[in-house]
Amino acid sequence: MRPKKAKKIVFKSAEEMPVMICSVGHQTHNLTGAWRNIRPEIDRSKCIKCGICWKFCPEPSIEVVDEWPVVDYDYCKGCGICAEECPAKCIVMVEEQR
Amino acid sequence: MKKVMMGNHALSYGAMLSRAQVISAYPITPQTQVVELLSEMCSDGTLNAQFIKVESEHSAMASCIGASVAGARTFTATSSQGLALMHEMLHWAGGGRHPIVMGNVNRSMAPGWSIWADQNDSLSQRDTGWMQFYCASNQEVVDTVIQAFKVAEALMIPAMVILDAFALSHTYEVVDVPDQGLVDKYLPPFKPAIKLTPADPRAFGGLTGAEHYMELRYKLETDMEKAPALIEETGREFGKIFGRDLGLVDPYRCDDADFIFVTSGTAGFTARVAVDELRKSGVKAGNLRIKVFRPFPFERVREVLGKVKKAAVVDRNCSYGAGGIFYQEVKSAIYGRPGMPPLIGYIAGLGGRDITTDSFKEIAADAMAKDRAEEEIVWIGVKK
Ligand code: SF4
Ligand code: SF4
Repeated sequence: MRPKKAKKIVFKSAEEMPVMICSVGHQTHNLTGAWRNIRPEIDRSKCIKCGICWKFCPEPSIEVVDEWPVVDYDYCKGCGICAEECPAKCIVMVEEQR
Repeated sequence: MKKVMMGNHALSYGAMLSRAQVISAYPITPQTQVVELLSEMCSDGTLNAQFIKVESEHSAMASCIGASVAGARTFTATSSQGLALMHEMLHWAGGGRHPIVMGNVNRSMAPGWSIWADQNDSLSQRDTGWMQFYCASNQEVVDTVIQAFKVAEALMIPAMVILDAFALSHTYEVVDVPDQGLVDKYLPPFKPAIKLTPADPRAFGGLTGAEHYMELRYKLETDMEKAPALIEETGREFGKIFGRDLGLVDPYRCDDADFIFVTSGTAGFTARVAVDELRKSGVKAGNLRIKVFRPFPFERVREVLGKVKKAAVVDRNCSYGAGGIFYQEVKSAIYGRPGMPPLIGYIAGLGGRDITTDSFKEIAADAMAKDRAEEEIVWIGVKK
């Protein structure tokens, strides 16, 4: 899983940068959760722990903790794919109040 | 071993001898035979490679990028509209530094719908961060694919090997097929410093802020600037092993010439015949065929042009509003340098119209009658 509050990597020179831009931490320090308008909320009373939401989340922002799916709101963009795919229909998308 | 083959199959043989590991392609005239033969080689075991069928050229290049980042030597081929459809992914391969080698058969862009030779397809992709090699014979096609992999992988910059539609793609020539054992020595397996593996998961090409983007592009440009020397070095090494040097340019009778043509592709070989005929009638003519367009061979072009009195740049392409593309590049190569000749730009052979020795004689007569470079763009063979 992604470390929380990852430090932004800043290279001092072109030379120390990798030729292919990769693994420079942009996926971690960029908290895409701030983009979210609607948030997925999981109703554990109906969840069958199938892991489908975990598999489908494109971010990926769902962790499985002790077999339960847990949304990582630092990165979840609120796309709603998890709610759409959940076979038990136990994920509801709730409007963010900001 | 000598074999009679068409230009398209010369590309396939080049990829086979280079031991491409992943080939992903979508068929398009006049390129289809390239990947048709490669798919046969994959299915009958001649080539130990994965052939990925896709629904478009955009996806073909996307899957090549994926395979390349996973460390596979990757090849594809396309033409014209297909190349245009790849455009976004061409930037991705160039900017992402994925050393894919691609064959492109030069075919004119529609509309009007056309399948014949013209360079506007590949020249429209000149700023995507790919090297571009324009070939003039089937032998050069096979040899260049092998060399292109070597240079591309050393610099982590993709390369296009380009040949004219029909004039080369469907024309049969004798090709001395390089020995596999010697090719293996010349081109060892691809071993990238960084690659994607499950053991070392990474994200490639992600968000890059203003604090890094320029450095990435600076690295691409400075690495591209290393390419001319590397192309010549690997070209000489190729010559030592296989007996055929591969250079950036191919000058023909330029040493004592007063007047030269500057050409590319198969027109560059037709020009040689015209040069011989012009010499018989007393004109000290020569021909400079530019083989590598990206990186542009500034030094080599200046060396030759600095010795002649006048040059005619012949373009089988047009950048509408600015004229022939090679003409512009050659002009910029000599800008501000003393002792350079006047240049005149000619456009000929668009949409597969033949560029014949007579076309070159017409160009020579026109150019020699002019005593300075003129801003006009001279069209050859247009029915006015
Ligand atoms: S809303 Fe989208 S991003 Fe958020 S957890 Fe669900 S699938 Fe992932
Ligand atoms: S898809 Fe639905 S039922 Fe399956 S684990 Fe996720 S929340 Fe639970």
